[in-house]
Amino acid sequence: MSPFLFWFFALLMLIFGAAVIINRNPVASALSLVVSFFGLAALFLSLDAYFIAVIQVLVYAGAIMVLFLFIIMLLDLRAEKLRKINWIASGGGIAVALALMVQIFSVVEKFPAAKQFFPPLPKPASDDVRQIGLLLFNNYTLPFQIIGIVILVATIGVIILSRRETR
Amino acid sequence: MITLEHYLMVSGMLFAIGFAGVMVRRNIIVILMALELMLNAANLSLVAFSRFHVAASGAPNYNAQVFVFFIITVAAAEVAVGLAIVVALFRLRQTTNVEDITALKF
Repeated sequence: MSPFLFWFFALLMLIFGAAVIINRNPVASALSLVVSFFGLAALFLSLDAYFIAVIQVLVYAGAIMVLFLFIIMLLDLRAEKLRKINWIASGGGIAVALALMVQIFSVVEKFPAAKQFFPPLPKPASDDVRQIGLLLFNNYTLPFQIIGIVILVATIGVIILSRRETR
Repeated sequence: MITLEHYLMVSGMLFAIGFAGVMVRRNIIVILMALELMLNAANLSLVAFSRFHVAASGAPNYNAQVFVFFIITVAAAEVAVGLAIVVALFRLRQTTNVEDITALKF
């Protein structure tokens, strides 16, 4: 991928990611999150991970965001009333996040392998769905079944949680 | 040219943005969104490492992509349960602001 496209999609992702936490209106936050996820899907495409990019768009930008928007509309959340922002707490939170970022950067700086370029792929990775499927059903059969049970438990839990108490 | 370092830096920045969101915001739904940003930052670095480690057969290391697949699945389940809890909490307290929900505060 050309550096221009990389920086375009990386900045798109980061700017709209920041917009998620800056916007006061939850609906605007959710829509910024969609744009951020599309930028991330483009970065996945640049890494030859076509299957991951597709499920990123389908699951996150499709299903999860519809869920978020549905709940925001259901609860009828208006933009936060202009509560007094606690500047000390906000500044402290941002300072901790910045310290974390500096730490991550310094660790990545000290990682010599990261300076190398990506090795070229001899043949295009266009059959990655097949490869991931083979791996999933050969090496990761038990985790795959466990993840099925996790989803079943989550479904039952959501139904029980959202059931109206009848007294 | 773009190296692995660039992807790791962008991933770190996205993680820091999500972390700042969890620390600063007071709306539970926005906190859940910021959690999603952090999970996605981890996914990005996993996929970058998968592309970086090309096996002898000439294919990327697909183990990391299977792991990302599992993370996305668990994240979907987590969001569903989290939002159901938010709805239940909203029915009880009529608020989604974490400063109004301090029953467990020490």
